[in-house]
Amino acid sequence: MIYADNAATTKISEAALKTLIELNQEAWGNPSSLYTYGQKAKEVLEDARADIAGLIGAAPGEIIFTSGGSEADNQAIVSAARLGAKRGKKHIISDTIEHHAVLHTLNRLTDEGFEVTLLDVDQYGLVDPEAVRRAIREDTCLVTVMYANNEIGTIQPVKQIGEICRSKNVLFHTDAVQAMGHIKIDVEQQNIDMLSASGHKFNGPKGTGFLYARKGIRLTNIIDGGAQEKGRRAGTENVPAIAAMAVALKENVDGIDKTSSYVTKMRDKLIEGLSKIPHSVLNGDPKLRLPGNVNFCFEGIEGESLLLLLDDRQIQSSSGSACTSGSLDPSHVLLAIGRVHDVAHGSLRLSIDHNINTDEVDYIVKNVAEVVEYLRGFSPVWRDLVAGKREFVL
Amino acid sequence: MALYSEKVMDHFRNPRNVGVLEDANGIGEVGNLKCGDIMKIYLKVEDDIIEDVKFETFGCGSAIASSSMATELIKGQPVSKARELTNKAVAEALDGLPDYKMHCSVLAEEAIVAALDDYEKKTKGE
Repeated sequence: MIYADNAATTKISEAALKTLIELNQEAWGNPSSLYTYGQKAKEVLEDARADIAGLIGAAPGEIIFTSGGSEADNQAIVSAARLGAKRGKKHIISDTIEHHAVLHTLNRLTDEGFEVTLLDVDQYGLVDPEAVRRAIREDTCLVTVMYANNEIGTIQPVKQIGEICRSKNVLFHTDAVQAMGHIKIDVEQQNIDMLSASGHKFNGPKGTGFLYARKGIRLTNIIDGGAQEKGRRAGTENVPAIAAMAVALKENVDGIDKTSSYVTKMRDKLIEGLSKIPHSVLNGDPKLRLPGNVNFCFEGIEGESLLLLLDDRQIQSSSGSACTSGSLDPSHVLLAIGRVHDVAHGSLRLSIDHNINTDEVDYIVKNVAEVVEYLRGFSPVWRDLVAGKREFVL
Repeated sequence: MALYSEKVMDHFRNPRNVGVLEDANGIGEVGNLKCGDIMKIYLKVEDDIIEDVKFETFGCGSAIASSSMATELIKGQPVSKARELTNKAVAEALDGLPDYKMHCSVLAEEAIVAALDDYEKKTKGE
């Protein structure tokens, strides 16, 4: 089996799993308790916080543990909105290809009377920092632009956007769920005020994540209750899982140079091979993209049937077609980069990791080509394209 | 539970009556690219009986399976009987479809109706 859907989730690393199991036996106390078991758990929790902070250039007090990336996105955006509203600033800037955890939170704020500007992206999915500069107004309280896109892998010019925000005194949040542990991140150097991350996207356990919020940014609780996380997030911390997330992040960051150069090589080989399929196109930026992300559109076929047949051939992948999203529209990201509906339905995302080898890359290329050809063989759309009754887009 | 029933997967993996009928006397095409499903049905009707039927589909697993099953259900049937085919019958014959995929069976029913309409239009025109 070739697992090529690491953007959906990753397998927990052995070291993280070991930590998770061992600490459930050794540090199962409640970190808010004052006796020995509690304090042992507290120590593990604070060590994990310090480790994670150190890996991204933050201070330990700036890390708040959450249930994952979505919660962190919600909390960052709502916090900035509440801070802004207090000073009469109710304008937020984002872009059209954000994750729904960001877009739906922004929709909710729009209903509450906030004004949201969604910037367009270019054909590769890039946000223009100068467009951010132009969009900032007197009443702008937040700019939120993702670090790297979950579908097409495009890496945004985060540092430049952050610099502009800083010069205009506007908070800058980035959803780094796909980037964390896969590319180098330093919140200080990259002018990031708030950042969201999810443990299971970098070989940590599911149900873990964190929000980085620069010192001095007052957060609004999404979950109210006890005084955990210095009153910023209620609920007893899942100490063993948090520690396992820290272990996974450290492993990934320590090996990041080696891993990313290898995975990038495999990615480019995959892109080269798939590009040979007629009437296909790579989605996302060819260079400014996550090491493991490959995303293509194939004209004349539909993505769900492609991914189901690839599953039969032991390749696990993903698609942005309407049928995989449960709605009638294909991926908002593919539409935003200018793919028309016809083509956007025929998308395939392969998100690989360091476990892949060149034989497997060859196997994927061969099988994708075969399945695409097979599906085109009985596609009325393909027939019309070949017969000249419909014009090729790709 | 898996996304699709075994029957859906069987018809998806091994679609029956797939392809084109060069001597079709009734052709129907429904769906649109915006929604991501297009079905085309080719009929060869002789003496009021559907002697042969083929389909081409651009769409998801359940769209392909629905087309395949619908062609099986009408093959060898009289035209009047084929007209009675409902999307529910297609979905039931497939041991059910997920709720949000029921429109695939609707499309199959509509494609057959469109092909029968085309056949009748052509024969009446003669």
